Amino acid sequence: MDTVSEQDLRRLVDADNGTVSREIFIDRAIFDREMARIFSRAWLFVGHEGLIPKPDDFFASRMGRDPVILTRNRQGEILVFLNSCTHRGMKLCRYDQGNARAFTCPYHGWSFSTNRDIVDEPGELVGVPHFEAGYGDRLDRRRWGLVRCPNVTVYKGTIWANWDAGAPPFLDWLGDMRRYLDFALDHRDGRPGGSEVIGGVQKWRVKTNWKFVAENFAGDMYHDISHRSVDAVGIGPGGKGRRDAQRPRLAIGFSALGHGVLGELPHTVEPEYAPTFASDPEVEAYYRRIYDDRVRNLGNQPRVTNSVGTIFPNMSFHSRQPRTILITHPISPTEVELWRLYLVDADAPQPVKDAARHYYLRYSGPGGMTEADDMENWTYATDSSAGAIARRHDFNYQLALGHAKPAPGLRGAVQSGTYSEENQRIFYRRWTQFMTGGDWSELMPQTTSVEADNAD
Amino acid sequence: MRTDRRTALERLFLQREIEEFLSVEAELLDARRFEDWLVLLAPDIRYWMPMMRNVHSARGTDESTREQADANWMDEGIETLTQRIRQLATGIHWAEEPVSRTTHMVSNVRLLDIRDGTPCEVDTSCRFLVYRNRQQDEADTFIGKRLDTLRQTEDGWRLARREIRLDQNVLLAKNLTTFF
Repeated sequence: MDTVSEQDLRRLVDADNGTVSREIFIDRAIFDREMARIFSRAWLFVGHEGLIPKPDDFFASRMGRDPVILTRNRQGEILVFLNSCTHRGMKLCRYDQGNARAFTCPYHGWSFSTNRDIVDEPGELVGVPHFEAGYGDRLDRRRWGLVRCPNVTVYKGTIWANWDAGAPPFLDWLGDMRRYLDFALDHRDGRPGGSEVIGGVQKWRVKTNWKFVAENFAGDMYHDISHRSVDAVGIGPGGKGRRDAQRPRLAIGFSALGHGVLGELPHTVEPEYAPTFASDPEVEAYYRRIYDDRVRNLGNQPRVTNSVGTIFPNMSFHSRQPRTILITHPISPTEVELWRLYLVDADAPQPVKDAARHYYLRYSGPGGMTEADDMENWTYATDSSAGAIARRHDFNYQLALGHAKPAPGLRGAVQSGTYSEENQRIFYRRWTQFMTGGDWSELMPQTTSVEADNAD
Repeated sequence: MRTDRRTALERLFLQREIEEFLSVEAELLDARRFEDWLVLLAPDIRYWMPMMRNVHSARGTDESTREQADANWMDEGIETLTQRIRQLATGIHWAEEPVSRTTHMVSNVRLLDIRDGTPCEVDTSCRFLVYRNRQQDEADTFIGKRLDTLRQTEDGWRLARREIRLDQNVLLAKNLTTFF
């Protein structure tokens, strides 16, 4: 379709009956509208504090199709700017990361500063070649500063940004999904935060639609069958056995927010210790010790211990092993750039970090024995849906339709058993809301922040 | 420490011997004789593939991720390389089922250091080009540099270390299911 009306959009997703049109995975006009309606209003993961530890450090990130600069200024503020010169659009910063006192455009030399000792507003234009002779005093430096993202939040080391000045606070956006993200970001001994990102961000291109990736991590246990080959050869964290031993998980979906997770309901007793790195006594001893610390630190507080999920729209994570964040950057209707970051306990001994890193890399990323098969699924699902006839035939999302019931201990969430596509139905219902919807009072009808609830 | 006392002619023979080893190895991979390839690897092999970053030219040392410290594309030992080969043989590893067609080309082979000792080890550098064609129209070209260490044993040369430096920043292929 060349243009897409709200009426068209409402016909594409029928979450109540569990069907979704293939058009939304292929069509250019729909993609453009996603960028305008979803990615310019949603909270998006843009990086981790560990990527910009020192003043003037920067990391080149993305928000939807827009390249952005993530940086820390001399005053310690974390800032996000559109990575495009205000003069003629040249990509201002063309390094993946580094340290710079000012960002100077290679094209005509306009230069911008974030330092509040020099400028009132970070990103202000400070250097313009031929300023006096060429512009006299008619160039308003403040008017032509870098385009700055108005909302930036740091949450346990992760950095999130949102272009919409009227957007709800990040924690409202996250809701009780926070518990699951916490387990990925918290120290294994139960202390809040306490993880660090391993150096090096894996970035790779896959010819698929971004939503295939998001919905996969939102709760598609059904696809586990495609990973039988890794189970057959055993790539468990100890170097032997199957993949990391899993406790039973449920599809838990946050109906109003669009997030989904395969995980456990909050519980107050720590599950019994299960040896994971039995082949390495030093590493095993660490996890054994951390387990005891965790039991002590958490007492009878609620917890979750195992999950994989997607925070709407494009931030996915594994919280146990591998412990990793996957960002799906949309490039076109049929291409994404995936970014993987890996997390470890910041104060763990080096052998523990090494063992984790080796396990993560043989599991995840393009060289990972498990993830390699996911990319095969997503690329060929995209390609075989592009034809004129294929497009007329909807996808089936009817698994466990009608089985959703409230998830105890999680506000606004439902659980629907292990094998379910309820989370996908929730994801696409949220997608439709954003694509057709109005203002935030409609999109965020009630507060769902953890603070608002002291029932814990 | 360099202890090589070979004559120019002996070095030439050694160069040819090593080029032959690398060609045979490439041939085994293209023929999918992975079990035979595995035999050519030393039990203590380090096989790793750093990632390349765009950094200011003055920060050259930051251009690639670090061995045994950062995330890389791959970081393998004999155990996981063996597992990968067993996974390829399952017939249900969908990223390589049906199998891809590959051509491995190796060129510009140089001997950087020859350490006579027990056993003798040789550090080499080369360029590689790996072409992968999959299904109908899926084609990937991987080009880069390799730093290999070869070890002489009673059964012939064995690969003891391989560092694969791919000339890509963002990996342009969806996955890495071939060996380099």
